[in-house]
Amino acid sequence: MKYALYTGCVANGAGRENLIATRLACEKLGIELVEMTDAACCGAGVINEDNPMVADILNARTFSLAEAQGLDIMNICTTCQGIHRKAQRKLDGKPDYMARVNAELERDTGRRYKGEVVVKHFYEVLLNDYGLVRLKEKVVRPLTGLKLGAFYGCYATRPPEVNDLGNPDDPDELEKLIEALGATPVRYDERLKCCGFPIAMLNKENSMQLGGNAIASAQQAGADAMVTPCPLCHLNLDAYQPDIESRVGRKLRMPILHIPQLVAMALGVSKDAVRLDTHIVRPTGMLAS
Amino acid sequence: MAVSKVTFRIQRFDPAVDREPHDQDFEIELPPGITILKALNKIRAEKDPTLALRYSCGSAICGSCAVRVNGHARLACKTQVSDCTTNGVLRVGPIGNLEVLRDLVVDMEPFLASLDRVKPYLVAGNGAAPEYERKQSPDEFLKIDPSTTCILCAACYSDCNVLAVDDDFVGPASLAKAHRFIFDSRDVDTADRMRAISEKTGVWDCTHCGECSTRCPTETKPLERIEEIRTKAMTDGFHGNPGARHALGFRETVGKRGLLDENYLPARSMGFLNLPGLLSLVPIGLRMVMRGKNPPLIPHSIDKVDEVKKTFARFEELRK
Repeated sequence: MKYALYTGCVANGAGRENLIATRLACEKLGIELVEMTDAACCGAGVINEDNPMVADILNARTFSLAEAQGLDIMNICTTCQGIHRKAQRKLDGKPDYMARVNAELERDTGRRYKGEVVVKHFYEVLLNDYGLVRLKEKVVRPLTGLKLGAFYGCYATRPPEVNDLGNPDDPDELEKLIEALGATPVRYDERLKCCGFPIAMLNKENSMQLGGNAIASAQQAGADAMVTPCPLCHLNLDAYQPDIESRVGRKLRMPILHIPQLVAMALGVSKDAVRLDTHIVRPTGMLAS
Repeated sequence: MAVSKVTFRIQRFDPAVDREPHDQDFEIELPPGITILKALNKIRAEKDPTLALRYSCGSAICGSCAVRVNGHARLACKTQVSDCTTNGVLRVGPIGNLEVLRDLVVDMEPFLASLDRVKPYLVAGNGAAPEYERKQSPDEFLKIDPSTTCILCAACYSDCNVLAVDDDFVGPASLAKAHRFIFDSRDVDTADRMRAISEKTGVWDCTHCGECSTRCPTETKPLERIEEIRTKAMTDGFHGNPGARHALGFRETVGKRGLLDENYLPARSMGFLNLPGLLSLVPIGLRMVMRGKNPPLIPHSIDKVDEVKKTFARFEELRK
């Protein structure tokens, strides 16, 4: 199995541990990755609003880069994943618009998007391409006894047209993945809500309250840690957790994990190698041993 | 016709008796093809006439029967029981972010008041009224076609993540209503509307969570309308707020390096002259440095960044 790895911005910036863990997990699984070092930011919804045409050209360019290699794209950020899928849906669904975007793309880069590439997130690769049965066989350090609350992140479930979840209103894909790794999934009320990250700079009170509600909900349901496929959720829930604690007026101390970290650890990679030490909230209990 | 047994787990609340809402199960037999609204009325007719709900047309036009089904807002009259039943059970509760008056009936006043905040009427200017009507071309109408389809059901308001933590946020239905007049070719109040909506509690306070468009039973799709308002704000120069500055900073760094510069963007969003805002970034910055988590000081650029720069060099031209 071989994918073009779209890292996104955060994995090159404040969430490098996500990329490190992805490489380690894929190495253990025999999944070959070709890093798309020439792919640009997906726009994260921001450029897409500022100038939809520019964002669509950027994403069409990214798709064309993977197509040139004959590879499907693997994302490690659900925001990138959601934006890519939205862009594909828009382009593939409107031939006239796609022709215009391709004309602009070709003018600037000589490239064209053919509409062939499939874009998937790391967890979708595991669930649908690699298969949980095979994954289970590779688990050497089952995370038995660990209670994990999956935090999906907005783009993993909404809009429902651009994801592959069986039931986006009540998904169980991440819970199944957690189970395959030997841990116990914990369902909680806020698992499909917004973490607040997009407005962390614009309305910090609301952003911190959203993050606080999510963590408190997971805690109340008995989660030892939360795990997310979105590095932006990770930033808000982990890096901002001290601010969240100030906002909600109590200590939360909830460790937040990236999915690839969890997978890599279950496959026998050490917690040091997946860089749990870079998290603002240091994992405790079983995760620390 | 095959009849199936379904358990409706309904959230009940009578302020005269109850301190807290509680669930009550009703087991009913239903033929196929029954909507939630019909089933609720059957429960009222056959099991408990005190069950309070609000409805009128039964045809997804009046917008009065929004309830939460399995935790998500939907029109009861437009939703099939069979689509929402798991292991024979279906949960129904009142819509969220509004006070429950009784059972499935909420107080709609705060929702209606939020609409008033965006001047929900046409401002046609002081010119002499035309003899017959103020005309629009089909193309002009197409711009507001989606936002005119809103039926004020408040499904978006119910599930909006920001409203759950902030009553002051104007909310998705109001932003869609604002869109309806901002993009109306006959309205002359566009600049004032854009200025008002750019303030705190307005269009930039939305987190993009997508709940509003996912729950919307019409083609209004508030998030898409919010995105169009923001595009207009960026195009027409309504840049004096953190949301627009954030977008400008995003554009600048991605246009230069192909990737986001996470050190630059927070300061750019706060505003370089906003000392308290900049100081508020210090704790998180220090935390990141302490853990070696801070983005590299010399920001990373993608390979072949010149390709991307060419596109960004034509940024304004590509708006057309």
